[in-house]
Amino acid sequence: MANARKLRILVAKPGLDGHDRGARVVARAFRDAGFEVIYTGCHQTPEQIVSTAIQEDVDLIGLSILSGAHRYSFPRIMELLKENNAQDISVIGGGIFPLEDIPTLKAAGIKELFEPGAKLSDIIDWVGTNIIPRREAE
Amino acid sequence: MGKEVHSESALDRVEKEHAEWLEEYRKAVKKVPERTNRFSTVSDLEIKPLYTPLDIQNKDFFEEVGFPGKYPYTRGVQSTMYRARHWTMRMFAGLGNADDTNQRFHYLINHGETGLSTAFDFPTLMGYDTSSPLARGECGKCGVAIDTVEDMGRLFANINLEEVTTSMTINPPASIMWAMYIANAERQGFSRKKLGGTIQNDCLKEFIAQKTLMLPPGPSLRLVTDTVEFGTREVPRWNTISISGYHIREAGATAVQELAFTIYDGITYVEEAIKRGLKVDDFACRLSFFWNSHIDFFEEIAKMRASRRLWARLMKERFGAKDPRSMLMRFHTQTAGCSLTAQEPYNNVIRTTMEGLAAVLGGTQSLHTNSLDEVYMIPSEQAALIALRTQQVIAEETGVTNVIDPLGGSYFVEALTDKMEEEALAYIRKLDELGGMVAAIERDYPQMEIADAAFHFQKQIESGEKTVIGVNKYLSDRPDLEFVLKIDDEIERNQIERTERFKENRDKAAFQKAMDELRRRCEGPPCWDNNVMPALIDAVRAGATEQECCDLYRDVFGTYTDPGSF
Amino acid sequence: MDIIQQIVSGDVRTIARVLRDIDDELPSSRSVLQRLHPHTGKAHVIGFTGSPGVGKSSLVDQIATAYRKESKTVGILAVDPTSPFTGGAILGDRIRMQRHFLDPGVFIRSLATRGQFGGLSKSTNDMVNVLDAAGKDVVLVETVGVGQDEVEIANSAHTTVLVMVPGMGDDIQAIKAGVMEIGNIFVVNKADREGSRKTVRELMNLVEIGARRRNDENWEPQIVETEAVKGRGIDKLCETIESHKAYLQAAGSEKWREASQKRIRLQLLGALRDEAFRAILARIEKSGDSIDEIVRRIVARESDPYTVVQQIVDGLR
Repeated sequence: MANARKLRILVAKPGLDGHDRGARVVARAFRDAGFEVIYTGCHQTPEQIVSTAIQEDVDLIGLSILSGAHRYSFPRIMELLKENNAQDISVIGGGIFPLEDIPTLKAAGIKELFEPGAKLSDIIDWVGTNIIPRREAE
Repeated sequence: MGKEVHSESALDRVEKEHAEWLEEYRKAVKKVPERTNRFSTVSDLEIKPLYTPLDIQNKDFFEEVGFPGKYPYTRGVQSTMYRARHWTMRMFAGLGNADDTNQRFHYLINHGETGLSTAFDFPTLMGYDTSSPLARGECGKCGVAIDTVEDMGRLFANINLEEVTTSMTINPPASIMWAMYIANAERQGFSRKKLGGTIQNDCLKEFIAQKTLMLPPGPSLRLVTDTVEFGTREVPRWNTISISGYHIREAGATAVQELAFTIYDGITYVEEAIKRGLKVDDFACRLSFFWNSHIDFFEEIAKMRASRRLWARLMKERFGAKDPRSMLMRFHTQTAGCSLTAQEPYNNVIRTTMEGLAAVLGGTQSLHTNSLDEVYMIPSEQAALIALRTQQVIAEETGVTNVIDPLGGSYFVEALTDKMEEEALAYIRKLDELGGMVAAIERDYPQMEIADAAFHFQKQIESGEKTVIGVNKYLSDRPDLEFVLKIDDEIERNQIERTERFKENRDKAAFQKAMDELRRRCEGPPCWDNNVMPALIDAVRAGATEQECCDLYRDVFGTYTDPGSF
Repeated sequence: MDIIQQIVSGDVRTIARVLRDIDDELPSSRSVLQRLHPHTGKAHVIGFTGSPGVGKSSLVDQIATAYRKESKTVGILAVDPTSPFTGGAILGDRIRMQRHFLDPGVFIRSLATRGQFGGLSKSTNDMVNVLDAAGKDVVLVETVGVGQDEVEIANSAHTTVLVMVPGMGDDIQAIKAGVMEIGNIFVVNKADREGSRKTVRELMNLVEIGARRRNDENWEPQIVETEAVKGRGIDKLCETIESHKAYLQAAGSEKWREASQKRIRLQLLGALRDEAFRAILARIEKSGDSIDEIVRRIVARESDPYTVVQQIVDGLR
């Protein structure tokens, strides 16, 4: 009688900004959608984020950043996932992005980017449609 | 509030006619129902359909409203307000390196800005030099990168620092940036006695909301008090703390929470300075405040009016201030960044206009108006100019500045002002019960109150209960912006190299001696002889970088992590 | 490489995935646990319990640091509550443990209670075994810290640390109500706060009273004052934890075996209960009946819960 897989999501804030309103609101919404959310607070380095994602065996990393450093940190996170053979973990982002950066970030492997004004229900629907919990380990 | 309306017999008549009107109203909405079943402010404070003399019948005009420049200052801190001088038009600016930002300062001054306001990048705000591994990709992105006193010199090149006042939005490393500012100004021949400006230096709201965290609360307060003490003695025209509600509001607080938590932060700073041995009337006049002007027009005006009355009464009654200047709540205002939308960004100009107008009707002393492109990036020159022009139009075309506190006496605005004060006082009592702000922060109390409010608001937007045009109503394809600022990724490498060269050229012995003295003072008990400011000024003169000073702080005082509960 | 070898050799990705499978009760995880069993039994399992806000995560962080200084490897399991309304959870204990994120000698896993009471998740013991098999010298388990009935940890850990802060009268009351017996070590954290000495004195009295009720009369519970965020008192706490371990392992390790037996008994009973339950459900379905149908009969007063259960159990014989 195996239970249904519980979706696990890491909500992480790379960069040095402390604007955690969005991250916290989204984390709550994920909880209310029935997901297990790992929240690690502000000021995480790409290395810390990837290490956490692997130890916690999450299906998805949700990055929130408002400092403008996404051009460095997002691609770096994708690179580290690859180095650790963990490309099966999906990554999405939220925050403030110049429009012209969006194609670059998506090309780096970020599955979706949510800007200010994104609805929680849209984010949750996106997760429901696009994230399938992985199969068993063996 | 003419005598005839407030006399008892007249109030009876108002009551009777109010009842009749209400009856009509109810009948009417049976035919054409109200637009919503609950009318409330953006902070979810319920609003009645009509306000009348009944709502302010217990009000004592002299005690609670009074005159501008007179206790309790509900109507304004000066007797003349904008009939003498407009507020200071102070646009928050910082981008790239010191030269880029200096150029922006001159551009804004040339277009009529009347005060400077410096935005630092995140490594600077967090106490790291650009070379720190934690700073990768951040340099100049959200503000200007300042590592050394030499950077500070280039930042304010060709600006008369005795004429213009400068605000610096910096918190845990505020003492260091201020030391660099003073050291640079003196090198240019200006006197510290004549320097005017503000360091934000409000560590408490960082724990509560903005999370620019470096040191634990205790040492953070000690450093803030060092700056207050130093300012009182050495830099008398400087505002040593800008007690800020802005970031609390941006984190999702209601107007009342913004008001109450900020005022309580103010109470805490006053208590700390008194503990240090300062007399309240010697330093209180240098405390300034910083409000957010959000999109709910009357709520903001009421909040600002209530804030003046609350602070004046607290200073007089709680702290026994005698000097009227100690009771003045002077404040800067910024329009609400979180009210702007990425969808249809041109609409942001309209929001900022309304919010700027509310700040002016609320009686602000200085104002930053947001640029329409700030939902993507820090402002481009074109967008910043529109934002500055917005203030100039309010000031010089609309006529709203010709009369002082034009909304004073409005039944609604007065009732809402009272409501703001009453609800803020309830929070203040609660914080007293919790044992003060530091104890409350350690329990995550204000943080949780704000997180709850933020979540509630988001839910209201998603359900359509609250409207955001272009986001949950009247959606359309957004037009692309014609102008977006670009920050070259190359400036990071240049900044690292410049700081490296600067460090190589400094006198090693003088630098070490200055750092040793700074450490000695940090390790000693807080008092004037151990005040960090004189040692910091020597240290930055001797070539200490921002991070070197902050690393010393972190080493002596320890670091702090947000509890992060939900 | 075989999955068991990968776990035993400490492969982080495999360990993490197996923990997830256990948490999700995938059948495959049972066979992994079966094969892992021979590799378990070495780690010192230390439980941390106490009300919310007493600083359990900070203490765990500090203890992990202390063990790392001695080059011991550390596994951490931090349990947070699952929302009973949505089934979701926000797991935030890691925030306090950031300095260990990049240390290969520390493995941290956040888990949710998923409907289990008593301060741990159903999977916690099995997860401890995986970290044990993976070669962690110590496994630190942080309980939810919500209820005052969090006694499960005492059956799961070799050493149980009960954490409190000064001036929380309620905590002392809770201890009187029975939690007292589970603590081998009591920590008064945030000892810089007013009332610390008083709390320590009250505890000392309670330890004396409690000692009479305890079956383990040879270990007198120790009281340690700490300031976790400043790292004060941590050395003393570590020494005390180690002295408890030494006590358990003294003279033929009888006490250590007892503690292990307690854990294994708990796991055995749990596994038996789950397996028996699964078997019974399968049997009911095989017979063409269903739980829904049985419920319908009971609601219709055609039968009652007691008779139904009796019939099912009789059928097993």
